[in-house]
Amino acid sequence: MHELALCQGLMNQVERIARRERAGRITRILLSIGPLSGVEATLLRDAFPIAAAGTVAEGAVLDVQEQPVQVRCLSCGAESEAPANRLLCAACGDYRTRLISGDEMLLMSVELERRENA
Amino acid sequence: MCDTCGCNITDGNRHLIEGDGKLAQTESGREAISVLQGLLSENDHAAAHNREHFDRHGVLALNLMSSPGSGKTRLLEETIGALDGELRIAVVEGDLETENDAQRIRDKGVEAVQITTGTACHLDAHMVHNALHQLELDGVDILFIENVGNLVCPASFDLGQHRNITLLSVTEGDDKPAKYPVMFRAADLMLVSKSDLLAVLDDFSPQKAERHLRELASDAPVQTLSARSGEGMSAWLDWLRAEHAAAAERVARGETMRPAIQPDGQWLHAHQHDHGHHSHD
Repeated sequence: MHELALCQGLMNQVERIARRERAGRITRILLSIGPLSGVEATLLRDAFPIAAAGTVAEGAVLDVQEQPVQVRCLSCGAESEAPANRLLCAACGDYRTRLISGDEMLLMSVELERRENA
Repeated sequence: MCDTCGCNITDGNRHLIEGDGKLAQTESGREAISVLQGLLSENDHAAAHNREHFDRHGVLALNLMSSPGSGKTRLLEETIGALDGELRIAVVEGDLETENDAQRIRDKGVEAVQITTGTACHLDAHMVHNALHQLELDGVDILFIENVGNLVCPASFDLGQHRNITLLSVTEGDDKPAKYPVMFRAADLMLVSKSDLLAVLDDFSPQKAERHLRELASDAPVQTLSARSGEGMSAWLDWLRAEHAAAAERVARGETMRPAIQPDGQWLHAHQHDHGHHSHD
């Protein structure tokens, strides 16, 4: 994936929030990323300081919560963890499962400091 | 996006935000603002506009993805010929450089717009939007968007298409779905292409390829075909006819459609108003 481009898009989102909330500084950004989103958390962490330089989020902590891949079996109803390329039910082995976690690519929350006069 | 109704809180991520509601104060006195927004929300917004545009013109938009050299353009050439006089086709071609593929399509008498991405290895919704300005969609039945040959990035960008088609040529390994799960999970139809070469490439098993696809919890149909020999083409053409007919009915009902599986952010964007809860049906 394009982690740097993604980080630059993230900066646009974060700057919009900062303007809306009259924030002077963004101190922490919480993301939720699953392996099936196609985003590599390590690359995202590397790209973040570059994208954040000169923005309201410069120096902010990027907290990437990596989500496990979890499926719910349509056959037996069991919920289990699974590798990203083998989404089988751990209980009965059926392939007919639904993903309940693991494809997230979400900006969950930001932590900010408001401007003194806001 | 869904800042308010919370429909994109899933079983998997709910624990991250519980007890940390909007404007909750943190220990340090700073404020935590709950956002819950897909990281591709700008792209998703443009994709939603593209989809509306397609629906308004009654066009079925199909996103063709695969690694380079799996025969996407060749398949389109043969498909255009086979459906001549029956379904009107237009094509958006994505490549890093050259107009070669668009020219090949135009040589078949069909309108084609080439997007050259420069260094970007996928199409995004904005690029497709710009290409649509150069395309007359009135009277077009099916728009093929031939994505940049790449099994990684294109899978994550919604373009506004109704269906994803992923090609896997028999010159590649039959374990590609296991190696590139994000891409193959996104497929609404998997085409095993260049089947005329199976006779000399006996280490590729279409059955194994399908099994790897099933292991991604995918029910997508799998078709084996060769644009060169014509083998398997009739099943593919029938799939297109059926999808086109279904699209026309859907548009008549005022409904739209999205690929069966999209990564979270994209998926949520279009469904936030008609689903109370997040699911992957």
